[in-house]
Amino acid sequence: MLEVQDLSVTYGAVNALSSVTFSAQPGLITAILGANGAGKTTLLRTISGLARTRAGSVRFNGEELIGRTVENIARRGVSHVPEGRGIIAELTVEENLRLATLWCLGRRDRQKAIDETFDLFPRLSGFRRRHASTLSGGERQMLVIGRALISRPRLLLLDEPSLGLAPLVTAQLMALLLDHTIGSDMTVVLVEQNARSALSVSHNAVVLSLGEVVMSDAAAVVAADSDLRHHYLGF
Amino acid sequence: MTLRLPRQPMIRNLLLALCGAGILYFVTSLLSPYNDYLVGEIALYLIALAGLSLLTGVTGQISLGHGAFMAVGAYTVALLMTHTQLNFIVELLAAIGAAAVLGLLIGVPATRLKGPYLAGMTLLVALALPPIADRWTTTFGGDQGLTTTVPNAPGTINPEEWLAWIQIIGALITLVLLANLLRSRFGRSFRAVRDDEISASLAGIHVARTKVMAFVISAACAGLAGAFLGLSTGVVNTGEFPLTLSIQLLAAMVLGGTGSLMGMWWGAILLVYLPQWSTSLSSHFNLGSGASAYLATIVFGAVLIVVMLIAPTGMQGGLRWGWRWGVSFISGRLRQNLSSANSTP
Amino acid sequence: MELFINITLNGITNGMIFATLALALVLIFRATRIINFAQGAMGMMTTFIASSLLNRGLGYWWAFLAVLAIGFVFGALVERVLIRPLQGKSELNPVIVTIGLLVVLEGLAGAIYGNASRGFPAAYSQSGLTIGHSKIAFSHFDLFILVAVLALMVATLALFRATTLGLRMRASAFAGEIARLLGVRVGLFLTLGWALAGVAGALAGLLVAPTSSFGPYYMDLILVYGFTAAVIGGLESPVGALIGGLITGLCISYVGGYFGSGLQPLGALALLIVTLMARPEGIFARPPARKV
Repeated sequence: MLEVQDLSVTYGAVNALSSVTFSAQPGLITAILGANGAGKTTLLRTISGLARTRAGSVRFNGEELIGRTVENIARRGVSHVPEGRGIIAELTVEENLRLATLWCLGRRDRQKAIDETFDLFPRLSGFRRRHASTLSGGERQMLVIGRALISRPRLLLLDEPSLGLAPLVTAQLMALLLDHTIGSDMTVVLVEQNARSALSVSHNAVVLSLGEVVMSDAAAVVAADSDLRHHYLGF
Repeated sequence: MTLRLPRQPMIRNLLLALCGAGILYFVTSLLSPYNDYLVGEIALYLIALAGLSLLTGVTGQISLGHGAFMAVGAYTVALLMTHTQLNFIVELLAAIGAAAVLGLLIGVPATRLKGPYLAGMTLLVALALPPIADRWTTTFGGDQGLTTTVPNAPGTINPEEWLAWIQIIGALITLVLLANLLRSRFGRSFRAVRDDEISASLAGIHVARTKVMAFVISAACAGLAGAFLGLSTGVVNTGEFPLTLSIQLLAAMVLGGTGSLMGMWWGAILLVYLPQWSTSLSSHFNLGSGASAYLATIVFGAVLIVVMLIAPTGMQGGLRWGWRWGVSFISGRLRQNLSSANSTP
Repeated sequence: MELFINITLNGITNGMIFATLALALVLIFRATRIINFAQGAMGMMTTFIASSLLNRGLGYWWAFLAVLAIGFVFGALVERVLIRPLQGKSELNPVIVTIGLLVVLEGLAGAIYGNASRGFPAAYSQSGLTIGHSKIAFSHFDLFILVAVLALMVATLALFRATTLGLRMRASAFAGEIARLLGVRVGLFLTLGWALAGVAGALAGLLVAPTSSFGPYYMDLILVYGFTAAVIGGLESPVGALIGGLITGLCISYVGGYFGSGLQPLGALALLIVTLMARPEGIFARPPARKV
């Protein structure tokens, strides 16, 4: 379980996040919603350690994450798929996957895990030895999700996975995500600007505006609040 | 009543220069000939450093090859003095011109290069030029080099003081010109190019031309400094212009404060006095004969490393910071005293 | 004709040495986006240490290996102490620091080891081999140079392509932030990159010393030739370093053979300028992204 308490992050004079508090449960998808600049990406980057702060706390399964290095946090089972996907273009598809297994799997298990990922995303298996730069947007998304899942994370952070993807592909991706989450012990935090599609797959939602939490409730409740939707989510 | 300097930059700089000249005249007439010689050396290095500071600090292009520009200036003056009877000022102008031409030749390809690539290329220039003089020893005098002659001093002024004066005047003129340049729209172009080339070009600044201009001016300064150096030492040969000279110039500029003009005083003092100190230090500790030169080299390198790690803005930046800190400290204290004075009944 | 062959052979052996230094520069540039201008001087220092070891009676090959190991540690140390604190700040600061290091090392070498020129022994005979009736400008030592450098290149490529260590190093170099998100201890692998570069630099120093005026400044030209080679090769790949090295070596050799050795640096400068004007990213690199 992820517990964020009073988290504040400043970039110089700008308050990117102010006293953000919420929690996310395992086996459920928690959506973080809000307009551009609301602080959603900063929130994920702070949890995974890319952004530093001294104000507030981020506890995952009882352990404090703030102050740890990025790789340390990753090795605690936190998988962050950043904004812009983050494929390593100079490596092959297989190398991208293999890289994620190095810290957690032994040699024998690595190949098994990689093969399982190709089973999950059959489209990628044709690109196995090709450089990741040759993939299309949707294929890249598959790669980074596969890469994030291959280490069996306990906390999965996704930053705008639907960006630049066709609605059909987005829907398939969301379905896959839901499939993997329900019944597992993985906690999923999903940042999306496309609030409608996020609300359709998530169980809880946190709405941010200018770095502050304006609402934190079940997704259905948030979706039903039409004032809120108009004001902060654009639909 | 406060003393106000005139607002017009050119006039203000000229007035400052004249004050400086006055002070220096007073100082040099009191000093021994050897110290006059040192003051002159400080002046000439100031010229080179000012140009380098313009190039690196203001326009953002690093050069590890300024020793080569100095060499060109020195050899030009020496060649003209050996083979022709031209007027002294003309010879100096020729030295400046020759160095400027080299600056153009280097500056044009340099526009394509960023930081480390440019550093590497200028490093190669510093290493490539001196061997040319070694190749054609008849023209360039080989190991013995070419000799230079300082024009005769008027009246009873001793020659060291006279030469120091020539160098000081050259330095003051250069500083005034550069200061004005930096305040003009060219100065703004230089800074714009350093900060963000793409924005600068979108704003209508011709980026390549600006960069080349900075290179040419900087090279011209180094050429003049080189000519003066040739006059100081009396002999011009390739041994005067090793790679370490270029790096020492860099170190001196970094110490003084990359991008500032006044900070270059510190750098020039370092360049002139460090070899002195290391010589006395090494004889004090009875180190070997070549040790003092190597000792100086170590210090220059250490200066580069330490300044970059601890105080990248150099002495001038450090002074400015210290000044601001001091001012805020004092005004804070004053405010405290005033408020406590007000609050006591 | 014979002159041409000899010059060409000379160019190839020199080129291999430049390629070694270029490899060092490439390893460091890939890892930390810095050109280590002190790489040549670091190689000079390790070779001076080798000379001391040899003078104390250590066998040649022991000294050779010891000094490669020292180069490894030296590289790691420099990255940790001088370069790590500068990560993230201006692009010029590390350049200036490595220049400072270059100068400090040259001064130290001069101060410690003195002015007197000294020789450095070669591992093998340096007299030219005989083919048919004539002696060619290619000796056993030159053969050793070829083999040693090729071995280094092959080992490096194998490390990068075929091991998980190499995978981590490549990921750390290409996409440090992403690699960290995947649990890779990027800092460690950047240091490792510098350490390997230190080995390459030490090797270059050992290979050059027998044929040059072995003094504090003897690696200066090798550094700039290595830089030229690295730039031609694109600063991104070991293969590029090798090819860049060969091109530079041959070019320098022809200039030296036909125009005199004093003009060799000028030849390298011309080669560098032509390359940077025509294809600034080098022959092997990917084309740069659009600017706006």
